[in-house]
Amino acid sequence: MTSNPARDAGWVDPPPRKGFFTDTSVCIGCKACEVACKEWNAVPDDGMNFLGSSYDNTGQLGASTWRHVKFIEQPASTAVDLGLPRVGLPGQQDTGERTDFRWLMESDVCKHCTHAACLDVCPTGSLFRTEFGTVVVQEDICNGCGYCVPACPFGVIDRRIGEKGVTKNVGIAQKCTLCYDRLHDGLTPACAQACPTESIQFGDLDELRARAQERVDTMHDQGIPQARLYGADESDGVGGLGAFFLLLDEPEVYGLPPDPVVTTKDLPEMWKKAGLAALALLAGAVAVFGSGS
Amino acid sequence: MPGLGASFGRGGATTFLQDLQHSDCIVIQGSNMAECHPVGFQWVMEAKKRGAKVIHIDPRFTRTSAVADSHVPLRAGSDIAFLGGIINYVLQHEKYFKEYVLAYTNASFLLREEFQDTEELDGLFSGYDASTAKYDSTSWSYAGLEGDGREGGKGAGGDDLGHAEGESHGSGGPALNPNEVQKDWTLQHPRSVFQVLKRHYARYTPEMVEQVCGVPASQFLEVCEAVTANSGRERTTCWVYSVGWTQHSVGVQYIRGAAIIQLLLGNMGRPGGGILALRGHASIQGSTDIPTLFNLLPGYLPMPQAAEHETWEAYLDGIRSPQQKGFWGNAESYVVSLLKAWWGEHATKENGWAFDYLPRISGDHGTYQTALDMVDDKVEGYFLLGQNPAVGSAHGKLQRLGMAHLKWLVVRDLNMIESATFWKDGPEIESGELRTEDIGTEVFFLPAAAHTEKSGTFTQTQRMLQWHHKAVDPPGDCQSELAFFYLLGQKVRARLADSGEARDLPLQHLTWDYPLDADGEIDAEAVLQEINGRHADGRLLSGYLEMKPDGSTAGGCWIYSGVYADGVNQSARRKPGSEQDWVAKEWGWAWPYNRRILYNRASADPDGKPWSARKAYMQWDGEHWVGPDNVDFPKDRAPSYRAPEGATGPDALNGDDPFVMMADGKGWLFSPSGLVDGPLPAHYEPAESPVVNPLYGQQANPTREVFKRKENPMQPSGDEPGADVFPYVFTTYRLTEHHTAGGMSRWLPYLSELQPEFFCEVSPAHARERGLENHGWATIITARAAIEARVLVTERVVPLRVGGKVVHQVGLPYHWGVGTDAVVTGDSANDLFGLALDANVHIQETKAAACDIQPGRRPRGEALLRMVEEYRSRAGITVETGQQRMTQRNEP
Amino acid sequence: MSLGKSFLGWPVLRQLTGEDRTGRGPAAQSARSAGLLPRTKTADRVVDSVCPYCAVGCGQKVYVKDERVIQIEGDPASPVSRGRLCPKGSASEQLVNSPGRVTTVRYRRPFATDWEDLDLETATDMIADRVVETRARTWQDLDHKGQKVRRTLGFASLGGATLDNEENYLIKKLFTALGAVQIENQARI
Repeated sequence: MTSNPARDAGWVDPPPRKGFFTDTSVCIGCKACEVACKEWNAVPDDGMNFLGSSYDNTGQLGASTWRHVKFIEQPASTAVDLGLPRVGLPGQQDTGERTDFRWLMESDVCKHCTHAACLDVCPTGSLFRTEFGTVVVQEDICNGCGYCVPACPFGVIDRRIGEKGVTKNVGIAQKCTLCYDRLHDGLTPACAQACPTESIQFGDLDELRARAQERVDTMHDQGIPQARLYGADESDGVGGLGAFFLLLDEPEVYGLPPDPVVTTKDLPEMWKKAGLAALALLAGAVAVFGSGS
Repeated sequence: MPGLGASFGRGGATTFLQDLQHSDCIVIQGSNMAECHPVGFQWVMEAKKRGAKVIHIDPRFTRTSAVADSHVPLRAGSDIAFLGGIINYVLQHEKYFKEYVLAYTNASFLLREEFQDTEELDGLFSGYDASTAKYDSTSWSYAGLEGDGREGGKGAGGDDLGHAEGESHGSGGPALNPNEVQKDWTLQHPRSVFQVLKRHYARYTPEMVEQVCGVPASQFLEVCEAVTANSGRERTTCWVYSVGWTQHSVGVQYIRGAAIIQLLLGNMGRPGGGILALRGHASIQGSTDIPTLFNLLPGYLPMPQAAEHETWEAYLDGIRSPQQKGFWGNAESYVVSLLKAWWGEHATKENGWAFDYLPRISGDHGTYQTALDMVDDKVEGYFLLGQNPAVGSAHGKLQRLGMAHLKWLVVRDLNMIESATFWKDGPEIESGELRTEDIGTEVFFLPAAAHTEKSGTFTQTQRMLQWHHKAVDPPGDCQSELAFFYLLGQKVRARLADSGEARDLPLQHLTWDYPLDADGEIDAEAVLQEINGRHADGRLLSGYLEMKPDGSTAGGCWIYSGVYADGVNQSARRKPGSEQDWVAKEWGWAWPYNRRILYNRASADPDGKPWSARKAYMQWDGEHWVGPDNVDFPKDRAPSYRAPEGATGPDALNGDDPFVMMADGKGWLFSPSGLVDGPLPAHYEPAESPVVNPLYGQQANPTREVFKRKENPMQPSGDEPGADVFPYVFTTYRLTEHHTAGGMSRWLPYLSELQPEFFCEVSPAHARERGLENHGWATIITARAAIEARVLVTERVVPLRVGGKVVHQVGLPYHWGVGTDAVVTGDSANDLFGLALDANVHIQETKAAACDIQPGRRPRGEALLRMVEEYRSRAGITVETGQQRMTQRNEP
Repeated sequence: MSLGKSFLGWPVLRQLTGEDRTGRGPAAQSARSAGLLPRTKTADRVVDSVCPYCAVGCGQKVYVKDERVIQIEGDPASPVSRGRLCPKGSASEQLVNSPGRVTTVRYRRPFATDWEDLDLETATDMIADRVVETRARTWQDLDHKGQKVRRTLGFASLGGATLDNEENYLIKKLFTALGAVQIENQARI
């Protein structure tokens, strides 16, 4: 049984924690998830920019990109010798394990961390933990302070840029809600509903983790030792992810932090110290004013 | 596709997407399925999950390759050499499925002594006439048949006008009288199809494959081993292709190559086997079945030809042989029913069912010929109905120049496509070749209704009709084609109602009264009912077997008859897949007769038993054929049945003749008729290729359709002087994020942002050779155009070693066009192409050609024209270049 | 009175009186969030459709509210697509509600430099006139070899692969009766 951040957040008898298992080994990079997300959530387009980065013209997650398919081209470690000089693209490293060229694809999304720093730092209560254990921004509450933006260890959340009155929710922090509205009616989030190859699977996190482990075991049996889970471990620095991944290489290859840590890890300690200081201050005040009375 | 029609009898995909899950091996070649058909690709992933091997054979490493077990990069335009290599491997190593081949194919049939193979004639078959660049196919016929094997008909290659006959086998194999064919069941006779096949492919060795395709022999052999290990009684392999195969000057023969392999390996008509043609538009199968094509009538009935089909009787004899086997033998019933559907009481036995109301064709009236005729001011008016030729057709400049010559143009589309705006913002305006003020074309843009704004059927890739219901009214002036053409028909008929001209009789007598629906619009269901057909008393037909040649039935498209079986719109059935078995027969309706796997009689052995328990599908239970599908065979015909002497049509089918549309009931390893460019696939180089054909003296397809005109300059090829000016191979393709010429994607911000700019894909080595930088610009040049694209340097493109030299390939997605209305615009890859067409189907070669590439953006204005002219001059291009179909060295 | 507007709904009060002492769960939930439902839930009707892009033929569910398409999703009942859609299919709503979609007739006179407006009925009449005139002008009973052809090569048509079968049927039927033969579609591209 996994921990239940919804219960920790005060929900009485919450439903099972929901999440995403994104199996990158079957992703075909079609970007249906990106479009389905935008269609459902009325997320505006994020600019017509050719990035020259494989088939990725989205770039990164942000206020107007809640799903982002990454494309990683990995050269073969021993290329067929054509007598031609080989050049690598910047940032491409050889792991030494493979002999084939690989084109890795991964649909990235908000991780809905068990310990979510964005939520910790939100001063307005806009970011909150839902009954499904997910982390959601409430656009009617967010004041656009932006504290959450640097707090996220994955660089997921951002404030929307645009012209007020033209683009909706300008200045408001935005990210994946795991289709909170759809969950209220028992529907699958839009991205997972659309995904043609079941690379994005939605469900109860317990079940997804079990399924993912089974998948990794199968792949190991099939001679794919590189297969690994990312964010399925509750003992990691963020207490495990509500949206976790099956990867075919090191997390860094996918631009994911290898060992993410909730940026507010030290906050309780800091608050404790701040509280003691405040008490001391109060005591001093009492002493001063008390003595003066 | 005639490649399928001339092999199996029908031109549609032989299986359905869900059946892929049962394949043990899936070869995807000439298709980028994961990118172009992502949702269909889920069934490949299901098969993979079950342990199937997935092989992707393609010039580029694509999103399909990324999840395949292996990717085999080959040179664009060399697939026949690869397929021929597999055929040779199968024959040399005796890996064919002997019982299947003997019983269900024409392997044992003997050919005539006059037949000469490409091995004897250095790349030509017997019957070639150099003066017309056409074949007389008489010598390709079976031994023992009179003439060309047909009664009163003509040879497939003998059509010196349209030579479009190849396509007319979408649902009926070529005409031929099979009764007297000589056979050798030992397959040893030197003139048996089997031995001819063996000799024809003997030189397609792994080493030759390496030399032609640039695929290392070891990698090629891995494919051979995977395919043969996964075929036979217990296992099946499926072949998947799409326009990566059809868009070549020898495209039909690519598909024939796969057909031969699948027949030899016994994969046809069986679960997990077959050939799956993936089509790119929602109803492109439908628009071939009910053809908006010049050479066909509904149901693949040929349009009458001026020369041969002067009378009704001549037409009938030309399209079918009275002695032939199978269901095509009833073609008369299908034509009469069509004519009755169109002209009702005015079509009588006495007037040959109003056959003379049909216009005649006399040559190529295809879209490329029509564009040239526009340039020559022979065409005044043009309707564009959801197609954008300024971007999507080969030789974009020719398309735009042609449209600038029109008197009037009607564009009906969802968006203001480039074909509607070429007169004000096309590339020729910028280059100065055209001035808006000089263009006399009157343009009507009529907004079209979207799929949600009308009811009707699409026929998807597995021949399945699915009804879509209208959800909302079209906005503003938007109209469905149904509403528009119904109205246009009424208006035209009103204008000619009182005419005494004979030419107006077909209009005056046309059945054009359709009921209106609740919204006051023509009722699409009524049109589908007309297509399905009715008895004289108004009852709907249950299928084409009820059609009669006596005028007592009417039906607009015989192969669709049954879509209204039991008076129910079968295409609208939506019983959830989860409530049915995996074949899901109660979802939609597939032609013919709601069959999902074609030729499925072959899923059982000659005695009617499954070849294996693992691959059981249809079988004989002693009285009927039973199984999860509708049997593609007479339901109660026993496996042991032998047709009596003199039987014809369906009655002549023996109990072991699974290819029920073929004149001899068999699958054709060798096509004695039906194709205009040869009975067997032979490797020819693309019309424009930097490579000399390593297999034959004949360089390119000797029957390809050429247009020797100054508007269509072609490049020198092979070792011709000047060929080195265009040293690189290029190919075009689609991306997941866009749709064809962009009319349904480049106006959508959500899709445009995912692939905003036109780009070219080159290998790192190629980039170094030409100084191209990733994210920078490149200019790609051919004899027709110079266009610019952003650069993606990627190891997904690899240089290939072909015939001792390194060949670089350039990849170009073709979605963008020059204009100002779309969300994203850009130069169009199709501007690069000249016109060289497959002679069977008039499809242009846009999957392989030769180009140069230079770093940086292209020049503007007149400088652009000078650049292209300079290339032409450097390559010594004249109007004669590349237009000689027979390679000179062949001449005695 | 809704929870959000009453005194009792104040987050801080909920935080102090409820289980959510940290103020990150139910106490922080706004009334809007609590009441969120998928917009498909309130659709006036759901219409069965088929994706208009490629030939896989994915099933679609079209959600309509106030006579406007508000969402298009994959139909899980389809045995072919099982509820899934690719990016193009997923963008179908934007296709039909496209901001760039032209919904009125546009007309360009010969030699003109810009579009002008035209009434649909007038446009259709003009097109019917063009067809009749061109056909009469270009009619051939016999070709140059003296063979019976009874046709016109004066106008042509292109497109059909994106259309319904019923539409292609009417196009082919009408044009053939008019004697036009240059009827073509995307099957040749």
